[in-house]
Amino acid sequence: MDRIPILRMGEFLLVTIQVDMHDQLALTLQDDLAENINQHGSKGVLIDISALDIVDSFIGRMIGTISGLSKVMDAETVLVGMQPAVAITLVELGLTLPGVSTALNVERGMRLLRERVHAQ
Amino acid sequence: MTVLTQRTIDVIRKNEGGLLVNWTANLDATGVSRDARVSPAEIEGQTREFIRLLASNARAGDVSIAGNDWSEARAFLERLSRSRALQGLDSQSTASFIFSLKRPLFDILQEEYASDPAELAAQVWAISELLDALGLHTIRTFQKSREEVIARQQEELLELSTPVVKLWDGVLALPMIGTLDSQRTQVVMESLLQRIVETGAEIAIIDITGVPTVDTLVAQHLLKTVTAIRLMGADAIISGVRPQIAQTIVHLGIDLQGIVTKANLAGALALALQRTGFTVHRDR
Repeated sequence: MDRIPILRMGEFLLVTIQVDMHDQLALTLQDDLAENINQHGSKGVLIDISALDIVDSFIGRMIGTISGLSKVMDAETVLVGMQPAVAITLVELGLTLPGVSTALNVERGMRLLRERVHAQ
Repeated sequence: MTVLTQRTIDVIRKNEGGLLVNWTANLDATGVSRDARVSPAEIEGQTREFIRLLASNARAGDVSIAGNDWSEARAFLERLSRSRALQGLDSQSTASFIFSLKRPLFDILQEEYASDPAELAAQVWAISELLDALGLHTIRTFQKSREEVIARQQEELLELSTPVVKLWDGVLALPMIGTLDSQRTQVVMESLLQRIVETGAEIAIIDITGVPTVDTLVAQHLLKTVTAIRLMGADAIISGVRPQIAQTIVHLGIDLQGIVTKANLAGALALALQRTGFTVHRDR
């Protein structure tokens, strides 16, 4: 697989990462996402990483970057389903992802996203 | 160079019975056998076995217990000291078990070599060295067994001290007890995060009432745990901040901004209920 699908659900974009991320894949995702937000005028991005069980500092930084760029493009980002091992790894790497919203699962993430967008 | 002569070994073999009687008497006199944790029958079996091994394993020549000749005796002593370590006896009584054999052995040597003081001194020295080596081997094994016991207890303590409690629907609590070091924090963090995934809890309360002191390292561990919980998509509340600990945190200049802290668990639970949309009221 050379790119991660980005699904459009109304005013939101849904990204489900189900393969091990390598650097090129992450960069492609970043580009695609920026393109998609721009094209559809999306209000929110939900990234599901529940199937991701290995992260490195690059992927961690990429997640922060995606969140930052969506914010600049006026879209909220919610990161859902992080595995305990991944959370511990990111903390040990010093990547605390300040400013990134998180939720336990997709359902809660969606609710959080709606609340955020409708509060605006 | 001290060497054991065949004559000495023969004497020991000849006097096995007498040695046993004298040794037992000596053990009684020093009080080793009076310990209630070791039965007289057990001691008798052990003394008999050891004298048999001593008589059969001793070879004329260099006194060293490192060789193959002594492997049986070494194994016996290892068993003995391990069982005593597990029974909780101290190292002194374990060591004196071997060392109290010296006197009976010296006695029979004295009788045998009465006419030859020079040879007597040499043989006493040889036997003494041999018993010292055996005694030290016992102590080494004893120490090792005790260390194993301590290591096992530490592990058990680690598991015991990290229960994750469900306080309410979607509210987990982790009462921390004892000093927080890196290893414990790791275990605590893992079990808490795992439970958050399993139960889908929205709020985790870390109660530090039982943590005696908070220094910069402990604070750092707490911060890490809180951050990991946030990354997973849940909220963390730290409760049980005692006055002294609050003072220490402020004095050390630890930055706990962005972390919700409460003075006690009740306050944290009230906040958690409020956030999850529950209200508690009194009927009368």
